[in-house]
Amino acid sequence: MSNSHTAVAEKPHVLPDGLFIMVWVALLVLTAITVGGSVFFPGKVGILVAVIVTPVKATLILMYFMHLKYEKKAFTIMFLVAVGVLSVFIGLTFFDYLLR
Amino acid sequence: MSSDSSHAIDQAPGHVVHTDPETGKTGMWLFLFTELLLFGGLFLIYGVYRSMNESAFHHAAAELNVAMGVTNTIVLLTSSLTMVMAVSALQRNQVKRSLSFLTGTLLLSATFLVIKFFEWSAKYHHGIFPGQDHLHEMPHGEGLFFNLYFMMTGLHGIHVIIGMIVMTVVLFKIRSGALAADNYGMLEYTGLYWHLVDLVWIFLLPLFYLTT
Repeated sequence: MSNSHTAVAEKPHVLPDGLFIMVWVALLVLTAITVGGSVFFPGKVGILVAVIVTPVKATLILMYFMHLKYEKKAFTIMFLVAVGVLSVFIGLTFFDYLLR
Repeated sequence: MSSDSSHAIDQAPGHVVHTDPETGKTGMWLFLFTELLLFGGLFLIYGVYRSMNESAFHHAAAELNVAMGVTNTIVLLTSSLTMVMAVSALQRNQVKRSLSFLTGTLLLSATFLVIKFFEWSAKYHHGIFPGQDHLHEMPHGEGLFFNLYFMMTGLHGIHVIIGMIVMTVVLFKIRSGALAADNYGMLEYTGLYWHLVDLVWIFLLPLFYLTT
């Protein structure tokens, strides 16, 4: 039952801390851009900045902090399916509400 | 969540405890998807009501303290950094370093909740809190905004508290050696959960604080 091949886990892919710190700095800069956008350009421009920048921040967290970039592709596909399902819910609901 | 399978009765001498990081991680991600749909549903409600009460939402959002919201974003982003560094430290078998980073993450999450507490109590003193008359007397759209604000940041806050409880358990497990460089799964899954909590907050910030 116990054979050394299955028992010993694969060596984890340990990323250097420097990379995480760079991602963190990028996240702070992007937060500053979002906040600056809404403070200096309130209204449509500010919202547009948030709509563009926030998904970028989310992608950085998912790819590096949550390791998705270094996992098997199946994890990314699973994630995209979940986001896809959510988008269908949101899309169909708005389709209903906005066209009443 | 624990990948500990040492309960096996027929343990042969020299038996190696089986851990399957891939399966554990898959399970954690599946759980995170349910979280995604939970918060996604609330974002959807927010989106629909905002599109129906555009100006009321903008007006109500002006009441929120942007500085506090942004500070909390920085606190949570930093806690995500210390969390990911705690994981990689344990993977490199640097137990002490891992424990310090995990303690740092706990302190930052506590900071987040303290700031949240001051924010909520300021609103409470202004009569803006679910169940208070002032909230009911507000124009319809503004009442909706604040109810959604308390509901969504409240649910997020509960997630922070649960995260802190799990982190404390993990902290003791690392200390006792139950989690180590060759068996770090539970710390890794806790990290994934924590990053999701961070991820949700990243969307809450522009929706509630930056809508003016």
